[in-house]
Amino acid sequence: MSAEGPDRPRPDGDGSTDGGDGPADEADRPVNDPQRFERLPATDADRRVEDRPTRAAVLAYFDERFGVPPATFADHTFWEKGAGSVWVAAGDALTPLAVEALGLRLLRTGGRHWKPTTDGVQRFGDAATRNVVAVDREAARRFVRGEDGPVEWDGDWGYLVVATAVAGDPAPLGVGLFIDGTLRSQVPKGRRRSLGGRQL
Amino acid sequence: MDVLGRYEPLVDDPAAFRAACERPLPYTVRVNTIKSSVERATAALDETGVGWTAAAWNPRLLELDTDAPGRTWPYFLGWLHGQEAVSAIPALVLDPQPGERVWDACAAPGSKASQLAELLGDAGRLVANDASLGRLPALRANLDRLGVTCAAVTHGDARTFSLAPFAGERFDRVLVDAPCSGEGTVRKNPAVLDDWSASSAAGLADLQAGILRRAVEVTRPGGVVVYATCTFAPEENEAVLDRVLGAVDATLVPFDCPLAAEPGVTGWEGETFDPSVRHARRIWPHLNDTGGFFVARLAVGS
Repeated sequence: MSAEGPDRPRPDGDGSTDGGDGPADEADRPVNDPQRFERLPATDADRRVEDRPTRAAVLAYFDERFGVPPATFADHTFWEKGAGSVWVAAGDALTPLAVEALGLRLLRTGGRHWKPTTDGVQRFGDAATRNVVAVDREAARRFVRGEDGPVEWDGDWGYLVVATAVAGDPAPLGVGLFIDGTLRSQVPKGRRRSLGGRQL
Repeated sequence: MDVLGRYEPLVDDPAAFRAACERPLPYTVRVNTIKSSVERATAALDETGVGWTAAAWNPRLLELDTDAPGRTWPYFLGWLHGQEAVSAIPALVLDPQPGERVWDACAAPGSKASQLAELLGDAGRLVANDASLGRLPALRANLDRLGVTCAAVTHGDARTFSLAPFAGERFDRVLVDAPCSGEGTVRKNPAVLDDWSASSAAGLADLQAGILRRAVEVTRPGGVVVYATCTFAPEENEAVLDRVLGAVDATLVPFDCPLAAEPGVTGWEGETFDPSVRHARRIWPHLNDTGGFFVARLAVGS
């Protein structure tokens, strides 16, 4: 795992080139099966599939990067389907599961820098206290349209939770990649909307 | 043919029935309490200048004065989901309890599935299945936007649904919101009447009976199955119940329907049905100014 990565994130932030099947001469080892959900091992010592992230590492990532307390996920389990794609599901389930989806896709761990999903941040991002950038409505509108824009942010480069005040309290909208003064919207195409008009 | 006319003998006030079917439906949304609350979602609507009125029978259902709720902040945030009032009834009649195991046999595009997840407190396990590969993306997108984590999505024919991925453990409750002729949606989609035919209704009835039978089989004794459609056709409603009751260990039971409704009909075009079909409820459009629905609740096992 390489969640921390102090060096500069790449704008693509996408780990899709990261294969998960391991070296050919170790073919008898358990490998990631892209058709099944398999539960993340609790710790490194429990790991059987090479490169699979652990529950401990996922909890540590959300805690260290965003200040999300590990207890936030106390009633949830973490799963992998396809190398580098971590899902979060309520409760315990049997493993492995051959289903189309199990809970929400929460996190990509395939690339150099782990990246939370829009839906994961909207669901659990209320608990975030670090690396949360609060933007005004105009910047929020731009972000939700999928556009990049300037932002005032003195903190780390990398993936940030983007929030704006809705009905008086900050509401997490999704994930932005902050590099060199610019917030790059990571809202996926299917979730982008033109919110607004004069009043909306 | 005059599709609505064939149901007039079943209706108390045919003129009111006709008139209701011709009116467009009000636009309603359900507040998603997995990500928000009625208080916060309505405050967000107030802030954006969208007017709302809560349904008298359910504070989580709001009638909006916009026809583009998808362009509002609370919608983007997954605090609201477009759902017609009458379509909220089947999940309420199924009444899942937090932590239970629930199967939604025909789940796409996910309005009722996400409502079931909400009623489960987003805990326990919801299995949201659909036979149509083309409809799964909409189902998944809705569950994702609404922040549902308790659902497993499966793709398959509900008539042959396998419990194998779930260690053979049966469900506490199952919703069968069956594919149907859909006349009850006429206020949203008037063209639905043009597609009606007796032969397609007969084909749908076979499919519906197969799904309902499997639903009862995969429910534990003491569990509950709800059978729902948005058709007025007795062939796809009471006749399906009548067929399945004779083949499975389940009985129709009375329930409290939150909307005004009439009992199931015990006969149609010369056929008579098991008298217990009167426990089912027909929600005609003119009774509550909604779409049309049919809902039945079955108790599984002796």
